[in-house]
Amino acid sequence: MSKAKEVLLNPIFNDNPIALQILGICSALAVTGNLYITLIMCVALTTVVTLSNLSVSLIRNHIPTNIRIIVQISIIATLVMLVDEVLQAFDYESSKTLSVFVGLIVTNCIVMGRAEAFAMKNGPLMSAIDGFGNGLGYSVILIVIAIIREFVGAGTFYGIEIMPLTTNGGWYLANNFFLTPASSFFIIGFTIWALRQWKTEQIEEPEFKISKNSLEGEKGAA
Amino acid sequence: MLEAYLSIFIKAVFIENIAINFFLGMCTFLAISKRIQPAIGLGIAVIVVLGLAVPINNLIFNYFLKADALFPGSDLHFVGLICYIGIIAALVQILEMFLDRYIPALYNALGVFLPLITVNCAILGGVLFSIERNLEFTESIVYGLGAGTGWALAIVALAGITERLKYADIPEGLQGLGITFITVGLMCFGFLSFGGISL
Repeated sequence: MSKAKEVLLNPIFNDNPIALQILGICSALAVTGNLYITLIMCVALTTVVTLSNLSVSLIRNHIPTNIRIIVQISIIATLVMLVDEVLQAFDYESSKTLSVFVGLIVTNCIVMGRAEAFAMKNGPLMSAIDGFGNGLGYSVILIVIAIIREFVGAGTFYGIEIMPLTTNGGWYLANNFFLTPASSFFIIGFTIWALRQWKTEQIEEPEFKISKNSLEGEKGAA
Repeated sequence: MLEAYLSIFIKAVFIENIAINFFLGMCTFLAISKRIQPAIGLGIAVIVVLGLAVPINNLIFNYFLKADALFPGSDLHFVGLICYIGIIAALVQILEMFLDRYIPALYNALGVFLPLITVNCAILGGVLFSIERNLEFTESIVYGLGAGTGWALAIVALAGITERLKYADIPEGLQGLGITFITVGLMCFGFLSFGGISL
């Protein structure tokens, strides 16, 4: 059972799909302006990645290697279509706000990446757990970004007013920058920094280092 | 007429840049932006594929999937996604074989990037945007080429900056991915300034 726990929890901090594997970043940046929309996106992605891992794993021994990508993509596209239809039926407003980004789960690299890297080699139960764990890892980062952006940008938390805005007679002058998508680049950048200070084994080696000697030499000359 | 097309093109390249303003194709965008040379190759491949995929999928949507397109009362728009992705995959495959046979120089230059483009969300995103905005056939050609050019411009610019950055003294935890994100964020400011242009 401990293996299952490891498979489930590892993607959250140790092997995070966004911060370390560089997968599924597109939607992480675009849909995080508002916590409610972000939660919908997280649920949609987690559902798709769990189910796609499960289905790919179930038929993994019957997929010919040459056409495996197209098989995986058809499975994923079918699941995404279902999620999209369900969302349009039950929450039409949000599906309009998310616009093309639900459809883009098809090409979200987390889904493809996990199907190819994990589900093709492991049993159905483990694959489903792995999919769910990666969905959670993605959700954790997205939710953190969304909370920061919504709080600083609009003074609200999940739509509830925390800091009254000056426009409504309160004291908080909203920082509109945090509502622009550009802010999520900075927030993700700094989140990665924080994560890597904590889990130092994730730090990337620099390609190029200024050697100690030449620096000291320059100082001496100056 | 020409002005309308020019305005779609400029809008797709600068004002609504598909990489910087909509964050599509980010995974490839961040992974391949360490050197200028491969960035240029990938940029060209994206222009070609977007320029073909957007108009073709636009035709498919207008003549098969749209409500009442096939016969009165038909509505196949819900199978759209699987059609588009299938067409993109097939297109990339055909393009690869065509280049291998007739333009081997370009084929070798693009190398491994061509098959990767199938799962690049910039392509599917461009297709979905052109359909959501109800573009006509000729408009969709212009939009496809413009969106591709915008993406190529952004990745080449980022690669240029990253190449210089390797001489910079970056804090350990920001090394690699972290600093790339912050650089793109700063580039975003640059592109935001195009937002004031009204066409």
